[in-house]
Amino acid sequence: MNPKLSVNIGKLKLKNPVMVASGTFGYAEEFRDFMDIKKLGAIVTKTITINPRPGNPAPRTCETPAGMLNSIGLENPGLDAFLKDKLAPLAKTGVPVIVSIASEIDPAEFIELCRRLDKVSAAAAIELNISCPNILDLKNRSKIKTLISQDADSTYALVRSVRKVTKKTLITKLSPNVTSIAEIARAAEDAGSDAVSLINTLTGLSIDVDDMSPKLAVVTGGLSGPAIRPVAVRMAWEVFQKIRIPIIGMGGIIDAESALEFIIAGATAVSVGTANFIDPAVSVKILSGLRNYLKNKKIKDINELIGGLRVET
Amino acid sequence: MKKILLQEIARVVANKRLGGDHFKLVLRSKGIASSAAPGQFIQIRVSAGTDPLLRRPISIHRVGAGTLELLCEIVGKATMILSEARPGDELDLIGPLGNGFGLGCAKAPVLVAGGMGVAPLAFLAEKLSKLKPLVLIGARSKKQVLCVDEFRKFGCKVMTATDDGSLGLKGRVTQLLENVLKGASGPRVNIYACGPRPMLKELSRLSVKYNVPAEISLEEHMSCGIGACLGCVVGTKSGFKRVCKEGPVFDAGEVIWQEE
Repeated sequence: MNPKLSVNIGKLKLKNPVMVASGTFGYAEEFRDFMDIKKLGAIVTKTITINPRPGNPAPRTCETPAGMLNSIGLENPGLDAFLKDKLAPLAKTGVPVIVSIASEIDPAEFIELCRRLDKVSAAAAIELNISCPNILDLKNRSKIKTLISQDADSTYALVRSVRKVTKKTLITKLSPNVTSIAEIARAAEDAGSDAVSLINTLTGLSIDVDDMSPKLAVVTGGLSGPAIRPVAVRMAWEVFQKIRIPIIGMGGIIDAESALEFIIAGATAVSVGTANFIDPAVSVKILSGLRNYLKNKKIKDINELIGGLRVET
Repeated sequence: MKKILLQEIARVVANKRLGGDHFKLVLRSKGIASSAAPGQFIQIRVSAGTDPLLRRPISIHRVGAGTLELLCEIVGKATMILSEARPGDELDLIGPLGNGFGLGCAKAPVLVAGGMGVAPLAFLAEKLSKLKPLVLIGARSKKQVLCVDEFRKFGCKVMTATDDGSLGLKGRVTQLLENVLKGASGPRVNIYACGPRPMLKELSRLSVKYNVPAEISLEEHMSCGIGACLGCVVGTKSGFKRVCKEGPVFDAGEVIWQEE
């Protein structure tokens, strides 16, 4: 018998828990030749802002041990162009599209984005990217110093303000660059978030010692890939013990085993990120690996596995 | 026509050391080899594990009947691992990627290579062999001048420039190019180039000065190679473009050059 793979994230019903993470799957068109996109549980778009953003200068990425740094700078065509050109072909796949959004300077932009997306039926849910470490304040040429997700009160205020303008499932994406991610997750839950996704990238710096210069043009970037996985799994586990809303776990998932780590730690769904760059068909391979695991373990429903970490006390 | 991208497991047919740190890999490939065009590249997975983690972009040097040839230089861990690949080994490839050189309007093609820039230009020279392209190769010294015999086999005239004067003109390949452009008469010259950024920047200046079109192949750090990560952008007159998707070949006049 086939195990049950469907999971719920707020009002959103996913046929399976394997999603692709924001910024690592383009708008899906780049992956059509390599895999059957219809098999995915959900697709999270590249983050959209109200106005188009050119992004940061190159070099924008560099490889690090078992990982990579990126500072793309939220390059995106802006909300209008996204709604006109990108969303319809994405939604046509039948896979729920979770639209990732961010503000550039004024957090009130989140409200405007949510208000407009609330009326768009092709947007199945909204992910609040309050944790991107790479937003350059284009006027001042400096990085935004404190992210919304680095402060519980700011997180609460932001989620509360957008909750008032949309009934869609809201997912708050959290930063690992904090003292207590569980405290921030709690703030998001209290303010009405339907789920949290974690973790965004860890801020990092890589240096070319010959040049004595940073490897990325904007100096620092976000670390992703298998290198960050133990940190991410630990955070999923900590958050799981403090909140009741579902967790979407991510950070260095490259195979079914690493996806399972997150689920056992407490994640209801998982997002595949950097691994999409290494093997564009990896997400569907992870899905079939999950199915095999459940069969072998004779687990009938993946929901039974969530948070099943056995800790001897 | 929509281009189809393939993920292929390719068997190594041969791996020949060319002296110095250069080597040529021949891979068995059906799909990618049959649809590849000059200037396109593949993304090659060097390790099944996490070190190196990301694929490496490598330009297509030649295609044969069911084979792909890659010309590489050992510059780091990934190329070191590739240099040790043995016949029978399997490599995971994605390709053919990017937009190659435009072949349509060439009448008197001049191919300009700096160092490893010869790699994609050999494939191009073969395609353009009826036009007997002029090939200009620049390198640090004689040892780094590659593929001369191959270009001659395609009927190309080859001229060289080396920094130390050990082969051909002592100086830059762009000086050779300027000499050619000064003396050009007859059919309109088209420049095709691949090499380091400073060379391409100077070449772009010359293409404006002598009013000849130039197509240049750029390199940038890549993560995905398929246009998803937005990592490998270059500044152009119409905004940032992805080197892996809109490139790697660009019109020289389109690119905005940073101060070196």
